[in-house]
Order: sequence, then C-alpha cells, then structure tokens
Amino acid sequence: MCHISGMYTQGLDTPGRDCCPSPDTAALEARFQQRVDADEKIEPKDWMPAGYRQTLIRQISQHAHSEIVGMLPEGNWITRAPSLRRKVVLIAKVQDEGGHGMYLYSAAETLGVSRARMLEQLLAGTAKYSSIFNYPTLTWADVGAIGWLVDGAAIMNQIPLCRCSYGPYARAMVRICKEESFHQRQGFEIMLSLSRGSAGQRAMAQDALNRWWWPSIMMFGPSDGQSKHTEQSMRWKIKRFTNDELRQRFIDTTVPQAQFLGLLVPDPKLRWNEGTRHYEFGEIDWQEFQSVLKGNGPCNRERLEARRNAHDRGTWVREAAAAHALKQQARAQSARRTKDSEEAA
Amino acid sequence: MNNPVSQDQDWPLFEVFIRSRAGLEHKHVGSLHAADAQMAVEHARDVYTRRQEGVSIWVVRSSDITASDPAEADALFEPARDKIYRHPTFYAIPDEVKNL
Repeated sequence: MCHISGMYTQGLDTPGRDCCPSPDTAALEARFQQRVDADEKIEPKDWMPAGYRQTLIRQISQHAHSEIVGMLPEGNWITRAPSLRRKVVLIAKVQDEGGHGMYLYSAAETLGVSRARMLEQLLAGTAKYSSIFNYPTLTWADVGAIGWLVDGAAIMNQIPLCRCSYGPYARAMVRICKEESFHQRQGFEIMLSLSRGSAGQRAMAQDALNRWWWPSIMMFGPSDGQSKHTEQSMRWKIKRFTNDELRQRFIDTTVPQAQFLGLLVPDPKLRWNEGTRHYEFGEIDWQEFQSVLKGNGPCNRERLEARRNAHDRGTWVREAAAAHALKQQARAQSARRTKDSEEAA
Repeated sequence: MNNPVSQDQDWPLFEVFIRSRAGLEHKHVGSLHAADAQMAVEHARDVYTRRQEGVSIWVVRSSDITASDPAEADALFEPARDKIYRHPTFYAIPDEVKNL
C-alpha cells in the first residue's frame, strides 16, 4: 500500500507504471516532464504517462469518495443542531461537501474513468476514502471539532493542490478551497461558543478535541520515510509538499488556536521548540491508522451501509428521471413530425 | 447484491457554462450528469451556483462538442505566430504624435 497524498486519499495502491517504455514513449515522457517542470498545466486530451493517469484517477476518486462519505458524520447532527442558525449552516456545509464530491468525480472522469465505475468501487468497498470519516460523531461538539480540525487539515493539504499539474483537478481544488474556509470558521465558532459556555459545554469541547486530535493528525498520511511514492508524485507536481511538512504546518497553526479556546491538546509530549520554531509532538499510533484504513474503524461498516442504502433507495428516482427524459424526447419528436406533415400538407 | 451499480448506465454528461453577471460572457465551469437538459440546468444551479456565482446557465451535451486536437496545436496556431503586424505595437509612431 502506498500513500500518494495522504489527505482524503490515503491507501493508494502502487501507481501503474509503464514497464520497458519504447523509445517513442521515452521521448513523450521526457517532453511531458519538461512541460511539468515548466509549470505548464496538463489537460485531458494531452499525452500523459499511464502512471500519471492512474495515480490521478486513484487520488481524485478517493478524494471524491471522501467528500461523499464525509457528509455522513455531520449529517448525523442536522436534525439535532442546537439552533436554527446552526442548522442552516450545517445543511449548507454538508451540501457543499456533496458539491465537492461532484466537482471531483467530474475531474476524475476527464481521465477516462466512468462515474458508474467509481460509484461501484465505493459501494463494493474496494475504493478507499479518508479514514477520518470512520469515527463517530458522539456529541454536538464533534461537529465543531470536525469543522475546525478536519476541514482545517483538509485546507492545509488542498491549497497546494490548487497548483497541481493536472488542470481539471487544480481548477476543482480552487473552487473547493474557496468554500472550505467557511467550513473551518463555522467549526471554530462552535468550539469557541462551547469553550466560553458552561462547565458542561467546556467539557464537551475538550472531549471532542481529545477524540479528534490524533485522527486529524493522521489525515496527512504516513511519515515521509514510509510514503514510497511521494517522490514520484512530487516530480509530477501532483503533490507539492510531503506529508510530514504539511502535518507540521497544521500542528504549528492549530495549537495556538486550541490555546485561545482554553482547551488542552491531548499530547503530553507537545511542546514549542524555540530553536526550530516548530512544535514537537508525540508518537502517532500508526497501527490505529492502518487498522481504520483496512476497514476496522468504529464506523467503516455503517458508512458503507449508509451509502448503499442511499443508492438503493434512490433507484426509483433515477429510473423515473430516465423514463421522463425518454418521454419528453418522444413527445418532442412526435410534435416535430406533426409540424412537418402539416407544413407539407 | 454482488454488483450494485454496474447495471446502471451513467446519465449523459453535460458541460456547464455560467454567466457570472449581466454583461459578461458565459464561461465553462465544469460538467455534470443529468437525464436531460432541463435536469442538467437544475443540477448546475445546485452544483455550481450555491453562492450566487451566476445569473444565467448554459448546458450542452459533452458529446455535442467538437474540440481541436492538442497534437495539432502547432499546425493550427503556428501560422499566427509570425504575424506580429496584427498588433498595434508593430508600428513605430513618433512620440509627438498624440491620440494614436
């Protein structure tokens, strides 16, 4: 298993490689790399190495799946949001995530994979999505923690993806990043309200931070030494920073925010290093990460079950829409025929 | 349920163009699947204009678009490269001449 980009796309398999490229392919590859090195964007109909195409299909589709599955943990709280304001905000956020999934599926399709195929892989459980969404949302504070930490980590990873060498992915990421900023801020606002609230509310906020901190840190994927294909992805400019660089950046920006909230980051080894100007932090439990990724997290089965149910229950809608489209088409045709024969008569 | 989706065909793919405000041209923003053009417009509203990004939407079936081939880009666009006389800066006009 390899981890090309970490965020939202953990658990990529080995990217396809051209074995023994012919002299022609070698020339094309050299030309392709020149274009990438010159920061030119690659567009769908341009020649690209098979490995580049496969890597992007996996990364973009896993990212899309993550957005779609990512609707579930927060969707869990829509009916129980504590006020109408919180409720409309949460609905808008979850709808955005659905939209992000749509942008990304479209971007993946430009590489030659069908939407039905990607959906099939998600529902069959053979596609990966970000392990973070296999954790449960036990209290309202979890909705705040997700916006603040999970979306915060996602933004950290996604901003460099706006400069990804593949045009359709980069353009989708620009749109997504603009929208994510609201997600993170509304989450922090929830945490701020709770942390300035009653003792019970403060405890709820602290408990959410305790449970979401480490899984959020893991979202950046394995350490650089374990991430075998980072180098290739960086050469192709699919990836611009390593997992560890992004993780460090996230910790450095998030710890002061936790301090502002008056909450304690659940890491006894966390401390500021004046020399490096970075936070040092404790060991990450990679066994937990691998186990959740392999399907043994608290909610893996529930998430897939929810997606399958949604798909099954939507069958009649899709059938009705298709039947309606056919009927409209037939009506338009027969109206044209009638008009033609009247004109002829 | 061994193969939950494969019997489903994807709905046709539509390309979406949005006019961001009156007076500007429609610009390509992305694509989506829909059963027909009407549904494509409705979905485009939800997918691409959740924050007032547009005042008008065009959709067109992707299969109806004919595109130039990137491999032939040189043959198509090269002929314009040496025709710099098509640009106003090609012409040297003395500084004292105004309003040209």
